[in-house]
Amino acid sequence: MNTLRRLIRDRAALLGLIIIALLILAAVFAYPLSTFPQDVTNYDPPHRLLPPDGTYWFGTDRMGGDIYSRLLFGARLTILIAVVATSAAVLIGVPVGLVAGYYTNRVSDLLMRVSDIFLAVPQIVLAIAIAQTLGPAIQNVILALSVTYWPFWARLVYAETRSVKNEVFIEAAIALGASPLRVMVLHVLPSIASSVIVRTTIGMGGTILVAAALGFLGLGPPPPTPEWGRMIAESREFLPQAWWYAAAPGAAILLVVMGFNLLGDGLRDVLDPRLRRDVSAR
Amino acid sequence: MPPTLFGLVLIVFAISHIVPSDPARVMAGENAPPEQVAALRHQYGLDLPLPWQFAHYVQDVATGNMGTSLFTQRPVAEDLVERLPATFELALCAITLAIVIGVPLGVVAALSRNSLLDHVVRIVTISGLAMAAFWLAILLQLVFSMWLGLTPVQGRIDGWGPDPITGFYTLDALLRGDWQTFGEALRYLALPVATLALPAMATIVRFTRAGVLNVMSSNFVFYQMAMGIPRRRVVWKYILRSALIGTLTQIGLIFGTLIANAVVVEAVFDWPGLGSFAVHSILQSDYNAIMGFTLFVGAVFILVNLTVDVAQAVLDPRAQ
Amino acid sequence: MARVLDAVSLSLAPGEIVGLVGESGCGKTTLARAILGALPANANVHGSSLMFDGRDLLTLDAASLAEQVRGRAITFVPQDPYSSFSPLFTVGDQIMELMRWKSPDRRVGAQFYSRRRRRSDRERVLTLLRAVQLPDPERLLRKYPHELSGGQRQRVMIAMALLPEPNLVIADEPTTALDVTIQAQILRLLRGLATERGVSVLFATHDLGTAWEICDRVTVMYAGQELETAPIADFFRVPMVPYTRLLLDSLPSSGSPLRGIAGDVPNLIAPPNGCRFHPRCPCASDACRDEHPAAHEPEPAHQVRCHHPHVEAVVAA
Repeated sequence: MNTLRRLIRDRAALLGLIIIALLILAAVFAYPLSTFPQDVTNYDPPHRLLPPDGTYWFGTDRMGGDIYSRLLFGARLTILIAVVATSAAVLIGVPVGLVAGYYTNRVSDLLMRVSDIFLAVPQIVLAIAIAQTLGPAIQNVILALSVTYWPFWARLVYAETRSVKNEVFIEAAIALGASPLRVMVLHVLPSIASSVIVRTTIGMGGTILVAAALGFLGLGPPPPTPEWGRMIAESREFLPQAWWYAAAPGAAILLVVMGFNLLGDGLRDVLDPRLRRDVSAR
Repeated sequence: MPPTLFGLVLIVFAISHIVPSDPARVMAGENAPPEQVAALRHQYGLDLPLPWQFAHYVQDVATGNMGTSLFTQRPVAEDLVERLPATFELALCAITLAIVIGVPLGVVAALSRNSLLDHVVRIVTISGLAMAAFWLAILLQLVFSMWLGLTPVQGRIDGWGPDPITGFYTLDALLRGDWQTFGEALRYLALPVATLALPAMATIVRFTRAGVLNVMSSNFVFYQMAMGIPRRRVVWKYILRSALIGTLTQIGLIFGTLIANAVVVEAVFDWPGLGSFAVHSILQSDYNAIMGFTLFVGAVFILVNLTVDVAQAVLDPRAQ
Repeated sequence: MARVLDAVSLSLAPGEIVGLVGESGCGKTTLARAILGALPANANVHGSSLMFDGRDLLTLDAASLAEQVRGRAITFVPQDPYSSFSPLFTVGDQIMELMRWKSPDRRVGAQFYSRRRRRSDRERVLTLLRAVQLPDPERLLRKYPHELSGGQRQRVMIAMALLPEPNLVIADEPTTALDVTIQAQILRLLRGLATERGVSVLFATHDLGTAWEICDRVTVMYAGQELETAPIADFFRVPMVPYTRLLLDSLPSSGSPLRGIAGDVPNLIAPPNGCRFHPRCPCASDACRDEHPAAHEPEPAHQVRCHHPHVEAVVAA
């Protein structure tokens, strides 16, 4: 595809693509790639808090687990949370935004009011409240993230639908007798698709950061699950000696989020140069 | 009460009642006799049907009563107000630093597009936005406090702060002419401010850079250049104006990220502000406190966005 | 890489209004920008000279060009007056900004804008704004660009182009963005002012009717090549080059069906050899493919660059 070729020519985007590919590989092939796969659940106290060396490439944590291996399995968690939470938010928010943007009635008003309420607070604040109430578990993290993220999509798609609605080709479609559903799905949706795709990619990175923050605060999946944010939290009491304990998971987060950001930026440049002007963070 | 705020109260109330829990039992303690629990339940109106409870909650919130913290045993509202200046000082310093460094950096990067500086700036900003704030905080703490010993590890000040006038340690110390305390306050501020400022600065640089590039390719800049007006003049007068107005628009967005990051950053540095209050409340399962915090942040956020909207309308002649 | 302009040669006498006519994409705007020295960074000018007032502009460095030539000897009237103003400053602010650097009273290289010069410049501005038929100029200066109408903005643009007392004004389709009713007024205004001040105007347009209104001479361009140059009356009476004939033919006239020119405008990355119109030309021969001929004059003052010019008058259809 021509788009793919152009994307690859952008070196930054290519780097992003490679990073994400590595992430997926790490998650899928965690077993064969890891050196101590059993350390995901087992404890090995005699070997706790060892610095990186030939055996333990990123050192060991407070339970003696090999950090490198735990990171690899943590990648599974990261992908799972990012993909599910973001997809759920998109799958709820986009249709809501489409409908609210297409019609101009009280339902549409109500939908946007609700979105505005959620958007009135930074995502993590509400996510904390929800995750705290539900308890530390991976499904609760995903739920908290999805519930607090869909309004962003609803707002975005609403605004774009509103502006596209005035375009001549939409008027033409309606004049030709297309049903509202048809217009929304076959005409409006494709013209906002590139914007959605770009922000979904960047949104994955953002979701990972919020998920890590929840994990850091103790609201994520409980130990011994190798969630990257929690690992950083665990490391704190062993600093400054066990610096690798904090550095490794954080670097992993940095790398992965950067990958999504780079890819998203590249997609933006390729799919619609006009979007380049609109440089929103998420 | 504005509708958005009301909606927020509703959501917060709903969240706190998702899981069937019994705050009365929590308050009374594990081994309390049932009569005591029932008495507490009645005292706090927890035996009323939900809509009634909600109505009471709305009334309470409207009068500033957000319940009592289960942990501190003080009104949540009091706790929040007491901790507000610390977070405010942090946020203000961070945003100021981010703007003061970020805007010029963004302008320079745009003007020297694709130069080495531009590339370095882009790498730094992309990294800054990809870093977990709490991780950056820990890293800075590790390097500057633990290894280099330049800054304190945690806290807002050693001992007591200056006698409060504004609640800002730096300002109060200055106003009282207490240079030593001022210096100390700065030392303690350094790392938390740096941690919060970096992602904010990254966003500002990106937006400013994009905005300047946009303006540079606009017709009126072309016209000025075609008519031979010196480039540096065009940049200084027209481009900076547009850039600064653009920055104002971003403050609303940046502020949200700032608050979000403040929660974890305050936790890492044990900074006695709203963020660490939230974190401690989480660890203590202090529902009232968490909900109060959520409402409070929501209200502040709405206020800030409103202010930004007004300021924008004032500054842009087209809006009038 | 696209060869946008191919060996174009123009000359203007003082006080003359020369039209640069052609379809969109024929290179009029590029030529205008080349003269101003305002081409995009990735554009190159090969092996030619740009003689202005005895000097070759292509040999000047960018700073001298900006300081001495642009906005002084050569000024510019843009196509879209709305986007050529900054929306954040008043009209007066932007005009005075121009005067600060380009006023005839300014010594070259001066950095300081004295109050005395500011006052005299302001008087000049008000006078010229009245000359472009804008009522109540003092109030106008205090307004923002979005508060003016299109016609008013363009009048201001014309005034700004004339304030530095230039020798040459380059107008890039200045009436295209305006209402038809306003267009005629603006054209007459421009013509009157140019003649009165002895300013040459290079007037780029795709509209032959506009060219007729305002130009003394006309040059027709196609795909970056110049094809024909003639005094305006001769041009309409005896268009010699086949392209020009077809162009005039295609002007709508009531009662007869629309006539277009068959084919498409060529891709400038791989343009046709020789005369770039030859693939679409009914009179084309092998010579046309081999070479785009140098200019010759079948009639006095009427230059063509074509192997097959017609010299008989056009019979009105």
